[in-house]
Amino acid sequence: MATVTRLVGDLEVAEDAVQEACAAAVVKWRTGGIPANPGAWLVGTARHKALDWQRREARRLLKEEAAVRERQGAYKPSRVGPVADDQLALIFLCCHPALDVAVQVALTLRSVCGLTTGEIAAVFLTSEATMAQRLVRAKRKIREAGIPFRVPRAEALADRLSAVLRVVYLVFTEGHRASASKELVRPELCEEAIRLARVLRDLLPMEPEVTGLLALLLLVDARRPGRIDATGGLVLLEDQDRRLWDHAKIAEGATLIEHALSARRGGPYQIQAAIAACHSTAPSAAATDWDEIAALYGELVRYEPTPVVEANRAIAVAMVEGPAAGLVILDAMAGDPRLARWPPLQVGRADLLSRLGRHSEAVEAYRAALSMEPPQVERAFITSRIRQLTAPESGGEL
Amino acid sequence: MRYLCLLYVAEDTAPAPGTPESDEVRGANVAATGAMARAGVLVDSAPLHPVRSATTLRVREGETLLTDGPFAELKEQLGGYYLLECADLDEALRWAATIPAARSGSVEVRPVMKVEGRT
Repeated sequence: MATVTRLVGDLEVAEDAVQEACAAAVVKWRTGGIPANPGAWLVGTARHKALDWQRREARRLLKEEAAVRERQGAYKPSRVGPVADDQLALIFLCCHPALDVAVQVALTLRSVCGLTTGEIAAVFLTSEATMAQRLVRAKRKIREAGIPFRVPRAEALADRLSAVLRVVYLVFTEGHRASASKELVRPELCEEAIRLARVLRDLLPMEPEVTGLLALLLLVDARRPGRIDATGGLVLLEDQDRRLWDHAKIAEGATLIEHALSARRGGPYQIQAAIAACHSTAPSAAATDWDEIAALYGELVRYEPTPVVEANRAIAVAMVEGPAAGLVILDAMAGDPRLARWPPLQVGRADLLSRLGRHSEAVEAYRAALSMEPPQVERAFITSRIRQLTAPESGGEL
Repeated sequence: MRYLCLLYVAEDTAPAPGTPESDEVRGANVAATGAMARAGVLVDSAPLHPVRSATTLRVREGETLLTDGPFAELKEQLGGYYLLECADLDEALRWAATIPAARSGSVEVRPVMKVEGRT
């Protein structure tokens, strides 16, 4: 797909051509057998289909214009560069900051990951027609505005790379905490994000933030088997059966983050990966290095001064210095209008309040979280906590 | 490809002509324009008189209708333009970032459509 885009110079034409080539392959390979180099066969066929299409288009324009297009489209085998560069250029194209972030994510899922428009529409909770429209508009902007198909130059790489990493991260978080669906996770999105991060790391092995992101995704995803119980309910990190975790993934992630940090060029993904490593390598919640985690969140705030990071720091502080210390931080944040619709803040407050024995306030905070309509599985979890806290025989003991 | 950079700045916050601040703004614009010209990307550039000088015209059923003022009242007004010849959007955006108005207001970068039979 990436190579065809470079050859024909247009994402939309390339996409249609690749689709047609794949359809042709299904027919042809069944009768004639699979060719020696299937990848090259597909690229060649897609290229011809794209050229056919462009020729038909060109005929509608002035004659000399058509001639120019033919010349440009003439077969030049020497221009076929390394496939890796094409793929990287395609990722940078889809994640260009001149496109809206949501569109960057959708376009990456479509053109790099090969998800269908219907699948992407489901991720974004929108209709297939709307999503198709959005993708067409994005591709049109790429063409009309002259967004280039190439890997950015060294001086712009860091900036552009952070946009790419953000898209990969968003794909993962949408899978990890699926706001759109009934299920708590959409494993296929988590796996796509990890696959993308691996591709990026293969292409840019010297960028510690890329390695940091891959490590982060592996370390968090490794806990997926313990996050959901047999009934589909959410299990808190502290209550998870750590034997269910994917220890091969944890080992890989821990090695990667160590390697990334040794470059001594820190960044937000490396810090988050280091935090995830503290959790994922700890034998139990109590034996977790909360001191280190609190310090790492303090570090992360410098890169991402967001209330979400601050809330997480509060939880870590609560583990080190006691729930009251964490509650001071969370209460100070509760007035922030950006957090008015963010259920985890109230869930965090409720948890600390109940540990302090302030049960009625805890229930109040849980109810506030419920009123913000969190995903269904989280809703079930909150409801069960309220039931525990209000059950007379339990005395509110958790 | 050609890109038209439209400069939007709040006229009421612009320094009055003749003041040192105004000279500074002019100097910054001259410097940015000079760098573009030396790099060979500058096709044309000019500031516009304030929107109070604008006349908006419509022809309806053969009749010319005039309005005293701009097409739309905005917080930031169109105050000038740069027409650049660049390889792609990335290059255009790099130059647009050097325009002083980008720091006080905003710069809208629009690709210019190629019309058949003209250059």
